Parts: sequence; C-alpha cells; structure tokens
Amino acid sequence: MSLPSWRREPGGVALLVVLGLLVLLVPLLNLAVPADSAWHVSTYTVTVLGKYLCYALAAVALDLVWGYCGILSLGHGAFFALGGYAMGMYLMRQIGERGVYGNPLLPDFMVFLNWQELPWYWHGFDHFPFALLMVVLVPGVLAFAFGYLAFRSRVSGVYLSIITQALTFALMLAFFRNDMGFGGNNGLTDFKDLLGFDLQAPGTRAGLFVLSALALAGGYLVSRAVVRSRAGQVLIAVRDAEDRARFLGYRVEYYKLAVFVLSAVLTGIAGALYVPQVGIINPSEFAPLNSIEMVVWVALGGRGTLYGAAAGAGVVNYLKTLLTGALPEVWLFFLGALFMLVTVALPLGLAGLLARRRRVA
Amino acid sequence: MNVATSAESRAPGGVHEPHEGALFVEGVSVSFDGFKALNDLTLYVDHGELRCLIGPNGAGKTTLMDVITGKTRPDEGQVFFGDRIDLLHLTEAQIAEVGIGRKFQKPTVFERLSVRDNLTLALKQDRRVWAMLRARLSGAERDRMDEAAAQIGLLDALERPAGELSHGQKQWLEIGMLLLQEPRLMLIDEPVAGMTRGEIERTAQLLQDLAGERSVVVVEHDMEFVRSIARRVTVLHQGHVLAEGSMAQVQADPRVIEVYLGE
Repeated sequence: MSLPSWRREPGGVALLVVLGLLVLLVPLLNLAVPADSAWHVSTYTVTVLGKYLCYALAAVALDLVWGYCGILSLGHGAFFALGGYAMGMYLMRQIGERGVYGNPLLPDFMVFLNWQELPWYWHGFDHFPFALLMVVLVPGVLAFAFGYLAFRSRVSGVYLSIITQALTFALMLAFFRNDMGFGGNNGLTDFKDLLGFDLQAPGTRAGLFVLSALALAGGYLVSRAVVRSRAGQVLIAVRDAEDRARFLGYRVEYYKLAVFVLSAVLTGIAGALYVPQVGIINPSEFAPLNSIEMVVWVALGGRGTLYGAAAGAGVVNYLKTLLTGALPEVWLFFLGALFMLVTVALPLGLAGLLARRRRVA
Repeated sequence: MNVATSAESRAPGGVHEPHEGALFVEGVSVSFDGFKALNDLTLYVDHGELRCLIGPNGAGKTTLMDVITGKTRPDEGQVFFGDRIDLLHLTEAQIAEVGIGRKFQKPTVFERLSVRDNLTLALKQDRRVWAMLRARLSGAERDRMDEAAAQIGLLDALERPAGELSHGQKQWLEIGMLLLQEPRLMLIDEPVAGMTRGEIERTAQLLQDLAGERSVVVVEHDMEFVRSIARRVTVLHQGHVLAEGSMAQVQADPRVIEVYLGE
C-alpha cells in the first residue's frame, strides 16, 4: 500500500520509457542522421518497428480480455483486420484517378470487375474522420453483437474460443469473395497517400511510427486504468470464480461485454495503424493462424500483466522476422514449440520470469 | 429496474395471501435425470430467524440453496422473498441485489485478489460497470471494511492474497463478505467445516449476533454446532421436510432417529 504505484509495476514503467525513447530516437536517427552513418536507422527498419508496435497494441488488448477476464479469444485477428480494412478503404479512395485504369470514381479492382458504381458501403470513406469512426465502430459493433449473444447465453471456456475462431474464419471466407466488394483475394493495396502525405516518404513512415508508439502507450494506459479500477477487480473475480461473482450481485455478462468491446476497439485501432505502414490489407489477415499467433505473444510475454503482452509481441515478431528470413519453412514449428515451452516451463511468461528473479535477488 | 413482482399477480388463479416474513418455499420439486433432489418441499423462514437445516447427504440441502439463489430452476413450486419478490423470475445477480447472500459449502473467495479487494467487491454498492470503473474507496467504506475485518479476525491479513489464507480463514473471509453485502437473508452452507474448536465457537457467536437484524439459514453437519446455535431446526430427507421444531423435539422424533440421528 505504501509503495508509490510506479514502484509496484516496474515492467509497465519500463514499457513507457522504452516507448518514449523510441519516439525520440528512431525518427531522429532515421531522418536527421545521414544514410552512410553507422547510427542511421533505415526506413525499412522504422516500418518493421512500427509494425511490431501495432502488434503490441493488439497483444495488450488481447491480454485485457484473456489475462484479466479469462476470455480466450482466438478471433482477435478479425478485429485487427476490420480496423485495417476501414483504413484501407480510406486509402483506396485517396488514390483517386491515379489508379492503373485512371477511373476517377471506382478503385481499380471494381473497374476490373466491370462494376459501374460504388457500392453503398464505400460511401463516406473519402472522408478521413468517417474512416476513423469506422475503424472504431466496425470492430466495436461486431464485438458487441457477438459478445451480447455469447455472454448472455453463458458460452465460455473452450466453446467460446472455438466460436471466436469460427468468426474470424467465416469473415476470411467472406472477404475472399470478389462480390463482397473488398478487393477479394488481393485485398486493398497500391496506396498512395494519407491526408496528403506520401506513404513512401520517410517522413510519413516516421510519423506513422510515432503514432503507433503513442497508440500503444495510450492503449496500455487505458487498459491499466481499467484493470486497476474496482471494475478491474470484478474482471479478475469473474476470471477466477464466475459463479461467485454472480452470487455477489455482479452481472457478469455485462462486464465481459464491456471489456470485450473495449479490447476489439483497441485491436481495430492497431489494425488501422498497421495497414498504411505495410501498404496492404487482404483476407489473409483474418486467417485463424494470425489470431493464434496473438495468443502466443501474450502467453510468452506473460498474461495478466499488459506490459508483458506488449513485450511478447515484440520478441516473437522479432524472432519471426529473423527466422522467416533465414528458414521460412521452420517458423510454424518454431511457433508451436515456443507455445508448448511457455505453457510447460514459463506459465507466467517473460514477465513472470523477471518477477521471480527480482524476488530471488 | 423492476425486480419486485407482486405475489398476488403471479399466483395461479390470482388468489394468494400476502406473505409475512422472510422466505417462502412452497411445493418445490427439482429432478435431475429422474432423480428427485427436492420433492414437494415446503419451508417458511421468519424474519430475523436463525434456522438450521440438517439431513443426511443427498437430502437436498444444497439444491434448496441453489433454488433460492437462482442457480437451479425448480420444475414445480414457488419461492418468494418477503411478500412481494418472486425469486423464480430473477437471475442470480438480481437475487443478490434484492438482499439474499450466500456462503458456499466449499469456501469460494477470489484467491488472486487481496483480502481487502475481496471485501471491497462484496460491499453493498452500485455494481454496474460504469459505476465500478469510477468507484474510489470512501472513508465510510474503509471503516465498514475494517469493522468487518475485525469481526472475522482478518484485520492483520488485509493485504494478503486470499489464496494464502488457511481453510478456516477463507470460511471467515466469506462470512465477512456476506456481512458487507448487508443481505436481509443469509444462506450459509457448512460454515464451520475445517475450523478449530475455538473458531467454531466464535462462528456460533457471530451467527447468533447476526440473526435478529436479518434472517439466517445455516446448513451444517456438525451436530454439536447445530445444538449450540439452533433455535429451530428443519430436517430434510430425500428432498422433503421430515421434521421441524426445536432441537429437542427433532431429536425425539422417531422418524428422524431412524433416518439420521440414530444411524
């Protein structure tokens, strides 16, 4: 009780310090240091790091529902992808006449499909504020509808995990279809600029990197405020003894719904920041494997800590970048082995390892 | 939110005497896969009463508590709280809200939370998500928690994780949580299991103090404990009330001796 709050959670402080340093140093070393200097950070590296930050935000959001409320979602990739598609649609509209077919009204893929006019659900995406609203609203509304039905019917545990997985799989199949109007198999790509800033320019990349870091810090702080509140204790209570929480008078389904929607919204924001950095969004982002990878990030980092999830996303994706470069066919085996190793040997993840060492020291 | 439902309007045929007192269980039957856990069970508990429920294993004691708290829905019968509240139409959370608190047979506290946090969650308060997000510990709440913690002998353990407590301490913590809920009816399933003699005596004293302001129903196997607190005892057997009365009356009843006490 007497310890100041930052002393009780060194991991969270470390996360914020690292993010602060990244925000200060990476753009500086990328933009201001000449390319032939040993201190120069390439634009490629900036983009890769920015991608990790988006993954880390999704991991924090997943930890909020899984680590604190016991909802193991195997479909969080769907919220990530939906946020990404909302941003991708805005970026497509920004291309305007600069597409291969030079059609001022329709994106290239629609011209290719011989469509004559823009489908109704594409209207509004010319406007950035509208697109931002959709980034938040589409994942949020889907999570609300799904969660309302699932939690009210008291679907939980492995059954809930399976239907979240089915949800993202169904969305993947739907988005693969050309007549859905989201570019089918190829998805949305060939983006030119965002709010007038050229997406290929190092300055824009650095800006997106900084925004991703700030979004991660913001998402972390919001999630931490939730788990530290009295409502956060209810979440833990629901995770550990759901019936007991109910007999105390808590409407468990509303708590689950609230935290699930918040998590989906944060994940959607992560997806929206991811798309302009990687330059493409396609249905493979809905692949069940992506959602499972997110779970591995959280498990490895240490669930129920928030900062551990962010660190886990960074570590696993760094390993993935290394391994898929050197031995691409090994990655999935490695991921599976990593997950088993963590489950058996490190149930509290990297964060648990650090906490144990601190206690010993 | 309207959780209170008039007994008169719910009763079949519309003729129903307004109930007086605390708990009314009438003609309740529950079966699981053909096994009748409760069989036309009728039980009245008066306001402020301390009632003990005894009976051999499988007599239906825990099922009865499940029915009252909304965990199990009966096939037949009525359950009213006060003269107006039809418990069969409420969810578990709503039943807790109208003032029925329960202590489980196996102590279930939130093991990963501290004793203080367990007590905080139990406090009578606005339990909606938004209110709980914004809630801050007030001085009055702190005083009530300290008072309850002192009553259950856990004042020195407030910052410890509840999972580290001994079995008896967990039982006490659960009773403390029940106190802070400020229920009008407490259902207490096996409060003294795993307690030492001294702890049992303190529990007996506490339960006797509690009755009067509120109604207390205790399920217990420890006959000595029941004898020490009971004013009125109900014996259940095969989902039915076998006998009811003072401990002396019940002990003298030949049917009770046959199925339970004399075995």
